[in-house]
Amino acid sequence: MIPVWVQAAYLFAAVCFILALKGLSSPKTARRGNLLGAAAAVVATAAVFFERPLGNIVPILAAVGVGTVLGAVGARRVQMTQMPQLVALFNGVGGAAAAIVAVVELHGLSGTHSSAVVTAAAAAFTAVVGGVSFAGSVVTFAKLQGLMTTRPVVFPGLPVLFGAAVLAAVAIAVMTAAGPGLLPGTILAALGLLAGVLLVLPVGGADVPIVISLLNAFTGLTVAAGGYVLGNVLLLIAGTLVGASGTLLTVMMARGMGRSVLNTLFGALKGGSTLGAGTASDRPVRSATPEDVAIMLGYASRVIIVPGYGLAVAQAQHALRELADVLTDRGVEVAYAIHPVAGRMPGHMNVLLAEAQVPYEQLVEMDEINPRFKHTDVVLVVGANDVVNPAAKTTPGAPIYGMPILRADEAQQIVFMKRSMRPGFAGIENELLYDPKTTLLFGDAKETMDKLLSAVKAL
Amino acid sequence: MDEAIIWLTILALSIFVGIEVISKVSSTLHTPLMSGTNAIHGIILIGAIFVAGTADSAPVLVMGLAATVLAAVNLVGGFVVTDRMLKMFSAPNKKTPGKAPAKKDGAA
Repeated sequence: MIPVWVQAAYLFAAVCFILALKGLSSPKTARRGNLLGAAAAVVATAAVFFERPLGNIVPILAAVGVGTVLGAVGARRVQMTQMPQLVALFNGVGGAAAAIVAVVELHGLSGTHSSAVVTAAAAAFTAVVGGVSFAGSVVTFAKLQGLMTTRPVVFPGLPVLFGAAVLAAVAIAVMTAAGPGLLPGTILAALGLLAGVLLVLPVGGADVPIVISLLNAFTGLTVAAGGYVLGNVLLLIAGTLVGASGTLLTVMMARGMGRSVLNTLFGALKGGSTLGAGTASDRPVRSATPEDVAIMLGYASRVIIVPGYGLAVAQAQHALRELADVLTDRGVEVAYAIHPVAGRMPGHMNVLLAEAQVPYEQLVEMDEINPRFKHTDVVLVVGANDVVNPAAKTTPGAPIYGMPILRADEAQQIVFMKRSMRPGFAGIENELLYDPKTTLLFGDAKETMDKLLSAVKAL
Repeated sequence: MDEAIIWLTILALSIFVGIEVISKVSSTLHTPLMSGTNAIHGIILIGAIFVAGTADSAPVLVMGLAATVLAAVNLVGGFVVTDRMLKMFSAPNKKTPGKAPAKKDGAA
């Protein structure tokens, strides 16, 4: 029997996790909420040592220490632009940990509570879905880190293979429930790994954030099932909280991109995407010098800046903020248009601009700013592409079709700061680049931004 | 059977709580929220510790310790990185770094 005070500590931690999530959904309380969650985790981790007499204390403490150092160093060193990869990675290792726990439990299943069959089924679920979560996260990481193509990877037979892996997992899980053991558990985890890879391969770059969120929810569910297996209420509650909120978050993000979650995952399999249709990349475009653009901006009355991931990669956000400040001093009305999925995951751009200390009130969300483009003299698009691509409205075959976009095309003039004519993360051509209203300013975003800044100052 | 029903009850209630607490979050906070929930499921650490602590053979101990390391990375890294992000949200205008111009007040 678990001592009552340990159970009370778990209850306390569970309540803190709920309050932490609650806090995380409002800007004012978010930081406090997160710290509360961390404190709860510390309390629970201390309590588990008293659940029953545990052996191997020294190696366990060493393992916790190693993990703590790795996690903390990774979290401190990572650049804000690489945040999505890191979240994917952390999620993956969490899923792997849950899968390992489940495999071990299947090995030594002794039927501690009412029905050993249900416990075995829960452990089988944990092993499979934990494997899916880990392998899926690794593929996601590879896509975001540029280790592999960001385009959907589809090969003939992929749906069949995926279906076979899932069916095999279900079959073995049923067998495992009857007669648990180490081998079937390992096979289950391996099938989960295979299914995870196959699940994420066909997902295109622009949809990767939704998949991270989905895999996050998966890991939550595995932890919940693991809690049932181990007879630990805290794991059940915490895992279910993450599973439920993660699922809702996934649906909200998908809605923000005008997609359904299923379409995100399996859209490429239907062959619906005409990727990088590549229509006439050698068509004429109009390019200009920083001095020309400085005049356009300096004598405009309303300017909207559309920042994208490219801005952050070039570390040009500080120069951009300075440019906005100089323009504001000249009496130009400046606002930033923030697409919900600008950057590499929803809300990422807000983090990146906050890092550059852009005033919060200048960041305007999409629904609010879209009607203002019509009355805007110049839109300055810096390192963004897909979020202003009219193909989302006009080309039914495009991978981003249906995604709400910033209506930059309605402004009087559009300036694109781009490194090259390469298409965006979704891998599709942007018609707006060839629009007569559009001017292109080629070059590294940081360098060009500095030139633009000094040109505006010289006006 | 009674015990299974208790577990199901906890499960059902937790689902509703999980949905309810984040249903009004703005898209601004999606990234920190994802990162924060990601940290919370790192609590599988206590499961990993339990497995390692009750291991009866060397292979099981090794697996338990591996799970412990991985879960600790998830838990600690998740909370630290979320805090790093939120720190920038909460105090963006308090202190000015040396290089930045002192003009930001006019921008508001």
